[in-house]
Amino acid sequence: MDDAAPVTFRADPADARRAAPLDAFTAVYHRRSGITHLLTEPAPQILAILSEHSLSLDALLTRLSQDYDLADPMRDALAARLDELVVAGLVTAS
Amino acid sequence: MRHAVSLRIGPIGFRIGSDWRAPIDQLRSLYRDYPQPYDEVADYTVRLFARRRWRRWIRPSVEIGGDYMLPEAAPLPLRQGLLAAEMAMNLQMALGARRYLLLHASAVERDGRAVLMTGISGAGKSTLATLLAARGWRFMGDEFALLDPQTGLVHAFPRLISLKNEAIAAAQAAWPTARMGPLLASTPKGDIRHMVPDARAIAAMDVPATPALLLFPRYGFAAAVRSVPPAEAFVRMTQASTNYVALGEPGFAALTGLIAGIPSIAIDYPDSDSAVAQVEALCAAR
Amino acid sequence: MTDPVTRTPASARFLARALADPSIVTRLDPAGWSAVLTMARAEQLIGTLATRLDGLPMPGAVAAILADARAAAEQGRRAALWEAEMARRALAPLGCPVVVLKGTAFVAAGLMAGQGRSIGDLDILVPRGALDAAETALLAAGWEWVKPDPYDDAYYRRWMHELPPLIHRERDRMIDVHHSILPLTARITPDPVALIADSVPLGNGLSVLSPNGMIVHAAAHLFADGDLAGGLRNLWDVRCLIAEFGTQGLADDADRHGLRIEVERAVRLVECLFGERPATGIDRLFVRRMTARDGWGRPTRPATRLAFYIRSHWLRMPPAMLARHLWAKWRKARARV
Repeated sequence: MDDAAPVTFRADPADARRAAPLDAFTAVYHRRSGITHLLTEPAPQILAILSEHSLSLDALLTRLSQDYDLADPMRDALAARLDELVVAGLVTAS
Repeated sequence: MRHAVSLRIGPIGFRIGSDWRAPIDQLRSLYRDYPQPYDEVADYTVRLFARRRWRRWIRPSVEIGGDYMLPEAAPLPLRQGLLAAEMAMNLQMALGARRYLLLHASAVERDGRAVLMTGISGAGKSTLATLLAARGWRFMGDEFALLDPQTGLVHAFPRLISLKNEAIAAAQAAWPTARMGPLLASTPKGDIRHMVPDARAIAAMDVPATPALLLFPRYGFAAAVRSVPPAEAFVRMTQASTNYVALGEPGFAALTGLIAGIPSIAIDYPDSDSAVAQVEALCAAR
Repeated sequence: MTDPVTRTPASARFLARALADPSIVTRLDPAGWSAVLTMARAEQLIGTLATRLDGLPMPGAVAAILADARAAAEQGRRAALWEAEMARRALAPLGCPVVVLKGTAFVAAGLMAGQGRSIGDLDILVPRGALDAAETALLAAGWEWVKPDPYDDAYYRRWMHELPPLIHRERDRMIDVHHSILPLTARITPDPVALIADSVPLGNGLSVLSPNGMIVHAAAHLFADGDLAGGLRNLWDVRCLIAEFGTQGLADDADRHGLRIEVERAVRLVECLFGERPATGIDRLFVRRMTARDGWGRPTRPATRLAFYIRSHWLRMPPAMLARHLWAKWRKARARV
C-alpha cells in the first residue's frame, strides 16, 4: 500500500487567464504563456476550482460532482483531463 | 541596390530593391497610382537579389530577401520577378505585421460594412471579391484583411490582385478596362496574372470598414449555405492568420470579438454567378 | 541655419554609435532612417534600438515601427520566460542546478541587457552528470529530437557541449541543454563546474550565471565558437553587463576558464564600438566584421566574412578531426543528390 502523500493539483488565479465562451467550447488565453487554448467541459470548471484550492484527484472529483451538474465525471477521465492541463501548462502537479 | 521603388498599400509601406531593372519597372508601372510610404519611411524592406554575381546574367534567378527571410525558399526565374516581389512582400507581412491582426481573407465593402471571405488558395476568395467589386462593392483586398485590435475595424490592403488559371479570364470579363500585368505562365501555382484594382479601391484604401459578415466560400460544389459554429470559425481563423500568436492578448480579444460579433457562414457554390447571388442574398437579409 | 542632415549610414558602425548615443539619430532624413531600421533588423537589434530611442523626436512612421518592435520584444520575452518555466517544471524533480543562459537569462534576471532584446531558443546549462536524467525528463514532458541523424547524433554526443537539439511537440520551441559552454573539441576548455558553482539563484528553482560568468560566456561564444554572425548584438550584451556590474574580478574569472584573451578583446571592442576607443591591430578586423552590414540589410565585406568563417571551424576542431567531419558531411551530401 502506497503511503506517500497524494499528488495535488493547482491552477493560477482566475486573472491569469482570459476566457471567451464560443458555443460548447471556451477559448482561453493564458497570459503568462501567451498561448490560446480551446477548452471544453469540464476543463473550465476544473480550472475554476483549482484556482481557489490545491486538491488531489479524488478531492477534485468530489468538488466537481458537488459544485457542477456534470455528466458522469469518472475518475479515469478526470485523470486524463488533468494530465492534459498539466502538459498545457495550465495546471501544476506537486 | 541598383534599382528600387517605394510604395504604400493601405497602411503598409514597402521599399523594394532589385539587382535587375525589369521587376522594378513593372512594379512602378502597375503601382503608379499608389501613394508613397508615410513619412517616406517604409515599414518593410524587400530585396530581389542574385545569389552569385554571374546569376544576374546567366539563367538569371531571383532570390527573395528582406527584413524577414525564409532560408529554404527556392528562387524564381527573372521573368517571374513580379511574382517574386509579391511573395517577398507577403512574407514581410506574414512574419512582421504587428499593428493589425492579419486575416487571410479577401474583403469588399458597402455602406461602411465589410464582407470578409476566407479560405485556402483555390477556394475562390480572390475571384469572388473581384466579381463583387464589379457589381458595385468597394474592393478592399484579395489576400489580406487587416483587423485593428484597438478599434475592431478592418483596413484595406488592395495590392495587385493575384489571379490564377481560369480566374484570369473571369476577372477580365468582369473588368474589361482593368490594367493587367504580364501573363506569368507555368509558375508553381499555374498561370498567374496580376490585375490593378480599380481607381475607387485605390482612392479609398485608407477608409476602414466595420466587419459585418464572415464567409467561408468553397468553389466547385452544389450550392449550399450553412452556419459555421463560433468555435470552428475561431479555430479556422487562427489557422488562417499568420500573426495571431505574435499579437498576444490584443489578438485574442480582436478575434474572439470578431467571431462573437458577426455571423460566420459557409457557402458552397458551383460557379461564380451562383456565389455572387448567395452573397447578395445574405447581405440583403441583414 | 538648420543643422545639416546626417549622411545615410553605409555600415552598421552608425547603428552601434546610435545605440550608445541615441541623440545622433535626430538629424537623419527618411533615407537615413530606412537604412538604420533595416540594419537594426538584420542585426537582431531593432528591439534594443527601439528601447534606446524611446521618447526622442522622430517621424511618426518611425515611431510606429519602433513601437511595434518594442511590442514584439515584449511578446518574445513572455514566450522565452514561459519556455524557461516549462523546462523548470520538467527538471525540478532532478534536484540539480539548472542555469539559464543568454537572452532568456537577461530577461529572467531583469537585466539591462534584456531590455528590448530579441530572444531565440532556450539555452540551459546543467552538470554533466545530470545530462542523461535531464534528457529523459525533457522527453517525458513533451520535447522530441529535431534531427534523427546517426552520424550527427554520435558526433554531437561525443564532442559537443550540449545535447542534440530538442523541440517541444506542442509549443514548437527548441531547447539546447549544455553541459559546458564550448565544444569539447575546442582549443579552449572552460570550467563548467566553476560556472555553476558561481551561479546566482533566481528564487524559483532556476539560476543564471554570475555577471562575470555572463561576460565570459559571451566572449567565449563570440570569439571561440562562432564566425561572429550576430556579433554586434552579443557585444551590446557585454556592454550592458559591464555598465550594470563593472569588471571587478573579471580578469581572474577569465583566467580560470582560459578565456583571458577573448574577454579582454570583448572589453576592448565594446569600447571601440560603443565608446571612444580607436581600434588598433587585429581589433580593426573584428570591428570591420561586426559592422559589415549595409542600409539594405545585406552582409558586406565578403573577404573578411570568409576569413572569420574559416577561423571558426579551425577553432572548434583539431585539423584532422575537421577534415574527417567535413569529409563525412560531403559524402552524405553527395549521396543525397
